[in-house]
Amino acid sequence: MIRAKNLTKFYGGKRALGPISFEIEDGETVGFLGLNGAGKTTALRILACDLRPSAGTIQVGGMDVLAEPHEVRKKIGFLPELPPLYMDMSVGDYLGFAGEIRGMSKTDVKRRMGDVLDITDLREVQDDPIGTLSHGFKQRVGVAQAIIHDPKFLILDEPTRGLDPVQIVGMRKLIQNLKEKHTVLISSHILTEISRTCDRLLVLGRGRVLGVGTETELAVTESEIRSVTVTVRVPGGDDPKAQIRKVLDGVDGVSDVGDPIEQGGGLSFVIKTTKDCRADVSRAVVTAKLDLIKLDYSRGELESTFLRLVEGSDGGN
Amino acid sequence: MAATSIIYRREIGAYLRSPFAWVIAALVLLVNGVVFRGYVLPGQHLSALVLERFFWASSGVVMFAGVLLSFRLISEERASGSMVLLNTSPVRDSQIVVGKFFAALTFLAILLALTIYMPLLIKVRGKITSGQILVGYVGLLLLGSAILSIGIFASSLVKNQLLAAIIATVIVVLLVFLFQFAKTLDGTAKSVLQDLDLWWIHFQNGFMRGVLNLKDLIYYVAVIYFFLLLSVKTLEAKRWQ
Repeated sequence: MIRAKNLTKFYGGKRALGPISFEIEDGETVGFLGLNGAGKTTALRILACDLRPSAGTIQVGGMDVLAEPHEVRKKIGFLPELPPLYMDMSVGDYLGFAGEIRGMSKTDVKRRMGDVLDITDLREVQDDPIGTLSHGFKQRVGVAQAIIHDPKFLILDEPTRGLDPVQIVGMRKLIQNLKEKHTVLISSHILTEISRTCDRLLVLGRGRVLGVGTETELAVTESEIRSVTVTVRVPGGDDPKAQIRKVLDGVDGVSDVGDPIEQGGGLSFVIKTTKDCRADVSRAVVTAKLDLIKLDYSRGELESTFLRLVEGSDGGN
Repeated sequence: MAATSIIYRREIGAYLRSPFAWVIAALVLLVNGVVFRGYVLPGQHLSALVLERFFWASSGVVMFAGVLLSFRLISEERASGSMVLLNTSPVRDSQIVVGKFFAALTFLAILLALTIYMPLLIKVRGKITSGQILVGYVGLLLLGSAILSIGIFASSLVKNQLLAAIIATVIVVLLVFLFQFAKTLDGTAKSVLQDLDLWWIHFQNGFMRGVLNLKDLIYYVAVIYFFLLLSVKTLEAKRWQ
């Protein structure tokens, strides 16, 4: 478990973080979300024992970061924004060095190496100098060095930064795999990116915690979900648009049904609601013997929740 | 100790993989050879004097190589971001500094070992002892170690490698010319500054002539310890920042 209490960091006279308090349970994947300068990197560097807080306490796995930094470091894998790579070393040699420097024996490193190369999909380049690899591969090597010692806690600062769409999908899959074995903390300023991989979000703005919770909890906290996207397929009959619209209009709480677009083999409607009526919508669609393909609150709504949180913090300053 | 050894092995590997290190090695051997042929050998001299001239010339090359081999050791890690790996690993700053220092010293020692044919040539043709050669090389190694420790200290101060090289060079030049500066002074200040001189007093008057003085030995060990300690303290101060 990670427990931070009144964590504060000043750079000179300027407050970069805090005071913030939060708790992260073992096995959770938590996203640190915020705009540039929100304090995400500062918070993660403190957790990784790379930065000393100006005030407050932080415990990782029951150990105080300041009192027992080396013990904490053994339990943490850290990928900073700029991966800490030695460009002259081969991938295999580098991972061996990263493992040994974190206290693993040569035998343990050798035993673990195969798994890490497989997890990060680096086997084909294990003998290549890191300097010759593409940005995506370098980022993977950065993740590999963070997990080589099989740490309990994994801290990834902007792991998808600078990656192209294909590489982002690959990195997302990699993080999904890592979630199974590690408590993962990820930072990002891209809401949609982080919300896909994390169980819980911690929204930061101007060094303060603006909100904590799941996507839904955050949205409900700030304003009830007022926009839902529903994708429906009509098995038969004429004028499917009218059929679906009639069903949706009849749901209690729906105030407006937008024009549909064809998506995922069905028709996708954005509906405005006065309350969270996703359950009612799904029930109505199924009862009308229509195929419910997808139901979600609008991504745009989530973005606006994030913006409201951030703008709220600006307003308060 | 384990972490020191791991860092030592990585740095040795880095030297062997680095074209820059091989260029330095080639330059050292080339300059040493050219100076040996063009300055040390010509003329009719006692073989002991020829050996002195060899160590005099070699000491200049060692100082030059010492700065070049050390200025990047920490600053490069900071600039490239790889320092974060060390900073977030269970490694003490002293282990980082000592591992890097001994790696640089090993590379320098290999370079010096490759110059051994020159004093051996003098020995074959003249009347010098193996002891004189050995003492001279011990002096070169100690002088080189002192320069390396200064270079590592400069490297620990700044992220910019060029700036680190400049700082190291300035410190070395100041310490080398302390003796000349001391000449303009009188009394205790003069004697203190002369005793702190890196080259004229402790190398030229002792090791270069095949004379092993305990005070010279202690002086170099003290300089090495002092600058390595400063490097460790600098890293400690910067580690959590």
